[in-house]
Amino acid sequence: MKSVWIITCVLSLALPSLAAAQPGGETPDVQTIINKANIVAYYQGEDGKASVKMTITNKQGQKREREFNILRKDVADGGDQKYFVYFQKPPDVRRMTYMVHKHADPGKDDDRWLYLPALSLVKRIAAGDKRTSFVGSDFLYEDVSGRSLAEDTHELIETTDKSYVIRNTPKQPDSVEFSYFNVSIDRQTFVPMKMEFYDKEGKLYRTIESTKVEKIQDFPTVVKSVVVNLQTGSKTEMEFSKVKYNLGLEDSIFTDRYLQRPPREAMR
Amino acid sequence: MSRRVGIMAILWGIGLTVMTAVPATVVASDEESEESFFSKFPIETHGFYEMRGGYRLQNDKYEKDMSIMETRLQLDLFSYLDWGDLKFKSDVYGDLVTEKGYFDLREANIFLRPRDDMDVKVGRQILTWGTGDLVFINDLFPKDWQSFLIGRDTEYLKAPSDAAKVSLFGDWASLDIAYAPRFDPDRFIRGQRISYWNSNLFRLAGQDAIVHTDKPNEWFRDSEIAARLYKNINNYELAIYGYHGYWKSPGGQNATMTQAIFPDLNVYGASVRGAVGKGIANVEIGYYESADDLSGKDPLVNNSEMRYLLGYIREIGKDFTMGLQYYIEQMLDFSAYKRSRMPGPARDRDRHLLTLRLTKLLMNQNLRCSLFTYYSPTDKDVYMRPNVNYKASDNVAVEVGSNIFFGDYPSTFFGQFQDTTNIYAGLRYSF
Repeated sequence: MKSVWIITCVLSLALPSLAAAQPGGETPDVQTIINKANIVAYYQGEDGKASVKMTITNKQGQKREREFNILRKDVADGGDQKYFVYFQKPPDVRRMTYMVHKHADPGKDDDRWLYLPALSLVKRIAAGDKRTSFVGSDFLYEDVSGRSLAEDTHELIETTDKSYVIRNTPKQPDSVEFSYFNVSIDRQTFVPMKMEFYDKEGKLYRTIESTKVEKIQDFPTVVKSVVVNLQTGSKTEMEFSKVKYNLGLEDSIFTDRYLQRPPREAMR
Repeated sequence: MSRRVGIMAILWGIGLTVMTAVPATVVASDEESEESFFSKFPIETHGFYEMRGGYRLQNDKYEKDMSIMETRLQLDLFSYLDWGDLKFKSDVYGDLVTEKGYFDLREANIFLRPRDDMDVKVGRQILTWGTGDLVFINDLFPKDWQSFLIGRDTEYLKAPSDAAKVSLFGDWASLDIAYAPRFDPDRFIRGQRISYWNSNLFRLAGQDAIVHTDKPNEWFRDSEIAARLYKNINNYELAIYGYHGYWKSPGGQNATMTQAIFPDLNVYGASVRGAVGKGIANVEIGYYESADDLSGKDPLVNNSEMRYLLGYIREIGKDFTMGLQYYIEQMLDFSAYKRSRMPGPARDRDRHLLTLRLTKLLMNQNLRCSLFTYYSPTDKDVYMRPNVNYKASDNVAVEVGSNIFFGDYPSTFFGQFQDTTNIYAGLRYSF
């Protein structure tokens, strides 16, 4: 009986101090930080939807716009995911739909489909280099779908008042155009706030910044981000609106049927 | 002369319609934000205005030098309501080659989801299935070969069907059934603007010998039905197909050899598509049962055939894809064909065809360079489709391309179009 009391006392004292440890004192290890940041950036909730507006501005100041709605469902947190992208602008890609079954295992390529409404054709898209442009913007396919954590080694290089700075070095340097990239992760929310990519000569050439973060259904959410390509002078702004989490999306949405005729959730 | 004036009036008319249509869409989207008729009955208005011109690169004594010269307005209206979707898409174009104006209703249909496991689409629609890339085995929906060869956008290769499509979705498999109450043939080459091999005249022919047809044309009696049963297993897409209808392009002649006919055709087939290595592989087969000549003895009706396709597509560089296909058409009653065939060049039992697709995107994916090549080692002919498309802005695209034919013989599938080799350019404004 006496021992039970002691345990209870120890626990009641220990719990608040455990809870307090996170924001104040000790720094979690690198793996914990990047795992958390990965979940915050790509896996909030069980599923989600958003309307996305991209503005691509080239060096000459010419603008191009892309508008699309995204539906996402996680198969497992930090693991496989399913995406559905429904294009609205520009007019030549309007009503095209794009579906991805993303595989977190670096050895397994994503499955991708594209539906072309004018031909009523469901096309299967071959696995591509993930470091190619997403819809002609400065965002790469990998920026949008998430780079597998297993592809890089991670090192905590700095801890400031606000953020953890992590250096990520590719395990296979020949597979990518950068030599490493640094990510600043917010210590409170674990939102990646800034990514800086360095080329093979060690020169900064590309940045991605989260310029606006909002709390939506208690999930910290990047609603505006900008990627700048310092080499080409081009930049792309991405704005998210109508963000919603935990809609209870069915698995059946991420199939051929809805590719040909998107679900209402995606169309609005 | 008055005809020319008429065309100019049509072209002007299209131009004016575009100018008035564009502001109209702006007004419509403004009103959507308020409580109005448009918010209850939202209509998305889109489309494009296009000018396209092209010439033959050699003289064709049966056709004009001008291979394409047209200005076109496509209007695409779409509305989704609580109970279903409405879609209307039509083209109006003035054609200087035929010196006529045309209205081409491409889609006018209602889409319904009456049950959780059922979709229905009724009306004029574009239907597609199968795994081939510009090669079709189990896709027996109408094609517009004429548009394809003169350099219209690839979208026009698919001609519309007047049909009802019912789709049922089950845990075990899904089923599509497309029923066309009246036969929808291909828009095939008939000599009007592309010359072709005329087997009765033993020579190339064109406007001097336009193909006349006796087409099954009765509603509900001359119907077509196509079905597909399919299933996805670990993202390997398996399908089996069936079709009951007619040869889509003429597959024979009447007894007096004055009209081309569309004999009965049944097709049974299967396909598989999925990831293999870094690319996507597809296999498709089909048995073409020429039901009006099961023995293959009738020289006026196509023989039955087996058709096989093997394809592979993968990325070979950044924004650079390559696709390869191997396709075989095998005549099933070749000895009967040889015994009973009409005089003139004989065909081989098998027709082998290789295709190669190369597509490269440049300048932030705004410039697309592509080349699609068909090559038949048995027919000894080639059809190449180079195309360069540049998106000058989100609304404006320009393109140039060519349709190039080579062949050792004037009677083969692509060889007969040697005098059709053409170059074209187009300008499109999308809204």
